Amino acid sequence: MSEGVAEADQPIERVGGAPDLMSKFDPVIATREALLAGGVEDPFSLVMERVLSPTKAICNGRDTILLGTYNYMGMTFDPDVIAAGERALADFGSGTTGSRVLNGTYQGHRDVEDALREFYAMDHAMVFSTGYQANLGIISTLAGKGDYIVLDIDSHASIWDGCALGNAEVVPFRHNDTEAMVKRLKRIPDGAGKLVVLEGVYSMLGDVAPLREMVGAAKEEGAMVLVDEAHSMGFIGENGRGVAEDQGVLDEVDFVIGTFSKSVGTVGGFCVSNHPKFEILRLVCRPYVFTASLPPSVVATAATSIRKLMQAGDKRAALWANSKRLHAGLRELGFTLGTEEPQSAIVAVMMPDLEHGAMMWQALLHEGLYVNLARPPATPANMTLLRCSLCAEHSEEEVETILGMFERAGKAVGII
Amino acid sequence: MDRAETDSRIRALIEPFNKKNIQVAEGTTFSGDLEFDSLTVMDFVAAIEDEFDIIISMNQQAEIETYGELVSAVCSQAGK
Repeated sequence: MSEGVAEADQPIERVGGAPDLMSKFDPVIATREALLAGGVEDPFSLVMERVLSPTKAICNGRDTILLGTYNYMGMTFDPDVIAAGERALADFGSGTTGSRVLNGTYQGHRDVEDALREFYAMDHAMVFSTGYQANLGIISTLAGKGDYIVLDIDSHASIWDGCALGNAEVVPFRHNDTEAMVKRLKRIPDGAGKLVVLEGVYSMLGDVAPLREMVGAAKEEGAMVLVDEAHSMGFIGENGRGVAEDQGVLDEVDFVIGTFSKSVGTVGGFCVSNHPKFEILRLVCRPYVFTASLPPSVVATAATSIRKLMQAGDKRAALWANSKRLHAGLRELGFTLGTEEPQSAIVAVMMPDLEHGAMMWQALLHEGLYVNLARPPATPANMTLLRCSLCAEHSEEEVETILGMFERAGKAVGII
Repeated sequence: MDRAETDSRIRALIEPFNKKNIQVAEGTTFSGDLEFDSLTVMDFVAAIEDEFDIIISMNQQAEIETYGELVSAVCSQAGK
């Protein structure tokens, strides 16, 4: 990042005394300056000079174990996935230069949507250029003026932005609180459309939603239900279809949102559904229409990866074993974690404040470990977290090495 | 329900959230004077919604800056 990012308000005179539109970011600039003045490495401009495997890279010049990449199933270096991408790159070129509804639908885009329909055993699948756009597009298109969106307060930014892009009334409820959700649904005026938006796994603390209870309750109130399963695809549920499958309510969910940028190991987003009118969304969903489609190599890697994830029982078992070991080990060391029990492949370590969080993050980086430093406003309740996400490809020894790093760093920073 | 009654019920609900014991008047602002952050807003709105059995969407909340505007908004909704 350039030096200019740390420069605060410049007193340039504008006609009529209009303010510098950049002045509103001065508090963010100040927070950042204060953090970096303490001498910590910038947690938000890390560079990976080389990536050696799904779990190892050279970061800022150091050999580093990756524990914050969401690369849950370690598919990024799978030989079949790479080969599929190379073939598509050679045969179809580097990009489509077009919208899905014009010149941007290649055989590979159809094929990856087929792979998703097979994976979820659902009738329809629609692929977006990113997961963010999938939420942005589907939510803003489904819920229009006069409709109500009832959503968990800890929803991902892409869900909130989907709400902001549409014209529906937006009504949040306390995290994972079924009763609060139902109360709000009951108060919605008769005749208004209702969309309930939930996530399977919430990515900040790694906790799972009580979907069995919530989805049923939402349907009883006449709502349509959308569940974002970005952080569960591939390893939660019998077939890796996510938390809704695991809790036996996938049939009741109207729309499942997912991403290729986590377990699938590339980039892209999608929505799958059994709704008979689903296909019309391709013509009315602006974040789908007014952007270029994914490159052929990306959809080819995604399709190959998704089909391999259908047979990935061993990897699933390894990922769970790793998640449970890290969770138990960190607790034994005396760290406070986001969940009492391991509920997903995310283990969130609570930090007392941003300053200690940044110091701990840096101490871990110097040990050779990369985790995510998560801070407000991305986090719930103004928490600072060191968020760890496990990979099926982390070896048992690596997890033990990671625990040793946490122990040394935690003692050095004075957190344990 | 008249405005005076609505006013006194909302005043009672604000109390636990009014950490600095600010004197609440018609023009008191929630973000400025009372320093409500987004989580406090959610809890406070939930308390009002439960008390009056109404719904105040975020779209409506965006239009409500002062205490007086909140009382008016609740009056018009609860009166329906």
